[in-house]
Amino acid sequence: MALDQIVDGLSEVSCDVLVIGGGTAGPMAALKAKLKNPKANVVLLEKANVKRSGAISMGMDGLNNAVIPGYATPEQYTKEITIANDGIVDQKAVYKYAQNCYGIIEELDSFGIRFLKNENGDYAVKKVHHIGTYVLPMPNGETVKKALYRQLRRARILISNRYMATRLLKSADGRIAGAISVNTRTAEMLVIKAKAVILCMGAAGRLGLPTSGYMFGTYENAANSGDGYSMAYHAGAALANLECYQINPLIKDYNGPACAYVAGPFGAFTANNEGSRFIECDYWSGQMMLEFYNELLSGKGPVFLQLKHLHPDTISEIESTLHKVERPTRGLFQQGRGVDYRNDSIEMHISEIGFCSGHSASGVFVDDNARTTVPGLYAAGDMASVPHNYMLGAFTNGAVAGIDAMEFADSHDFADFDAADVARERDRVMAPTRREDGIPPNQVEYKTRRLVNDYLQPPKVTRKYELGMRRLAEARQDMQEHMIARNAHELLRALEVQSIMDCADMAVHASLYREESRWGLYHWRTDFPEKDNEKWFCHTLLSKQNGRMTSEKRAVEPYVVPIADDEKDLYDKQRIRATA
Amino acid sequence: MPLASYQTSVPVVVDDAKCIADKGCTVCVDVCPLDVLRISDMTNKAYMAYDECWYCMPCEADCPTGAVTVNIPYLLR
Ligand SMILES: Cc1cc2nc3c(=O)[nH]c(=O)nc-3n(C[C@H](O)[C@H](O)[C@H](O)COP(=O)(O)OP(=O)(O)OC[C@H]3O[C@@H](n4cnc5c(N)ncnc54)[C@H](O)[C@@H]3O)c2cc1C
Ligand code: SF4
Ligand code: SF4
Repeated sequence: MALDQIVDGLSEVSCDVLVIGGGTAGPMAALKAKLKNPKANVVLLEKANVKRSGAISMGMDGLNNAVIPGYATPEQYTKEITIANDGIVDQKAVYKYAQNCYGIIEELDSFGIRFLKNENGDYAVKKVHHIGTYVLPMPNGETVKKALYRQLRRARILISNRYMATRLLKSADGRIAGAISVNTRTAEMLVIKAKAVILCMGAAGRLGLPTSGYMFGTYENAANSGDGYSMAYHAGAALANLECYQINPLIKDYNGPACAYVAGPFGAFTANNEGSRFIECDYWSGQMMLEFYNELLSGKGPVFLQLKHLHPDTISEIESTLHKVERPTRGLFQQGRGVDYRNDSIEMHISEIGFCSGHSASGVFVDDNARTTVPGLYAAGDMASVPHNYMLGAFTNGAVAGIDAMEFADSHDFADFDAADVARERDRVMAPTRREDGIPPNQVEYKTRRLVNDYLQPPKVTRKYELGMRRLAEARQDMQEHMIARNAHELLRALEVQSIMDCADMAVHASLYREESRWGLYHWRTDFPEKDNEKWFCHTLLSKQNGRMTSEKRAVEPYVVPIADDEKDLYDKQRIRATA
Repeated sequence: MPLASYQTSVPVVVDDAKCIADKGCTVCVDVCPLDVLRISDMTNKAYMAYDECWYCMPCEADCPTGAVTVNIPYLLR
């Protein structure tokens, strides 16, 4: 049977804990669940191949948020993340992460992943954030995936590659019952019954369209099309603060990190066209992105990452990290552009929008045990609402989710789902394969994402959002009535477009609901330009209620670590005052 | 609506002389996160079947014979 030929089939399996997404958080969740109860069955379901999937496919340059004794305390970290998020943080989960992450670093170290140490054998942590010191380089960062994979094999986790999850199954009383998935090379469907399910499907990274026009030229691993957000939504789980978009300062056109987190500690900085600094701190925040945006608008752009002033040996050291680990094609790209860091600065730009709590705060709502609002359903990593999680957060909260989910599975039996839900999903999934002709998924996707850029990219203008909503509804109708898939691979893309469309609708809904401006560029509404703490010092939760998209407020939990009044706006002071 | 095929220059190149897919290798096809590589029925060699590449490199890094070269997709070069 040739690959990609459509096979009409449906089978069913069951397991105790199902982990969906085998990138970063997923492998750790699966491992911890299995270690918690070695007799239980843990399935790790992955759209791609766990060996090389997710943001860390090729490795990572370093830990962006390591809380290491001697450099930082959990209290300091919790405070910084709270301030960076304009105060809209349930600190309990952040604090728990900050307390647990050092143990996870030691565990990763025992897996063979090395972290930079100084002459005394202490971790050599670097300062990138506005206030504290949290960045820990990984000299052999390219080994991350291999090291994780070894652990999965050793623990005998059942890995199912090339299955794309499409919907969650629930019982009549609202408990999680499993998930439905599709083989991406045969279109055969697989139902997985599970007592607990952990969503680790990464960011919604294919929401906006890169300015290069290349649909897969995204910052995020382009396999992360927001399926997790869409599935959580359709399962009735709440999603938090989706209006707090992810927008990143990236290498223009390449759309990957430049990367100030690597080069900054050596003395590189973000500069305008005059070669001057204009932001206090290169740590990614909405407030920083707003200054980036302002600089470009003021005519002082382009904006660059500047490192040519550094010692040639230092530049070589930076170069060897940037061109070997994480995104190794950076070297190829710069070579093509004739950019040598010794003479040239790196041209940067503002990325398209996405959802990602890993870098901002938009994710499926979870508490400090990684529980969503659906019993038995968990989420971790870039798609769960714990803000500024990055890689170490994905590992640490993945571990939390794995342990708690196994406890849940140990104390519950399988929940029953309605067979009609599976039949309905099968119809939805296969619909594009049953049409004779129509619009291919790549065109529907291009149009949807182009509309996202035209209407949703901040600054957010109410009128533009209303128009965007209408245009997206038209595109949705085309998608539902006319999209075709002629083989299993096209079907994979056709299903992804449906997630992208859901995310676009959620972005509109969440943004229109919050009638204020907050998080710098991420939620800058020109019709409500001020921060309004009286009305909007709260989370917003979006969910599907009686079949309709609904938003509501949720109070910020009382702080564990108090923030003094004169500290609250430290991240608002990003612009360098008197530029000499 | 009728469909036309659309020409695109793909970023990943496989050196047929080095590729041992005809001896059963499928490594690059297996690891690609975007699942865009296939083994050709005609040549029994690996090739890029879909222009949907994240220019991430596992295909090149994991190929046992060094047959794969990843280039930057033309649109962002
Ligand atoms: C280019 C880049 C550089 C970064 N650099 C750093 C850094 O230096 N330091 C740092 O700390 N952090 C960094 N980050 C952030 C960090 O990598 C992420 O926060 C973290 O890896 C996210 O983990 P995750 O498990 O949530 O998502 P991922 O690792 O992306 O995993 C998601 C997985 O879900 C799978 N999936 C998606 N949809 C489905 C579906 N429907 N069914 C089944 N599977 C599905 C995907 O294939 C993927 O394997 C970087 C991120 C990127 C993109
Ligand atoms: S990994 Fe290399 S040798 Fe194997 S199929 Fe791909 S190109 Fe051919
Ligand atoms: S560079 Fe990445 S996305 Fe492109 S073909 Fe190779 S593995 Fe696949």
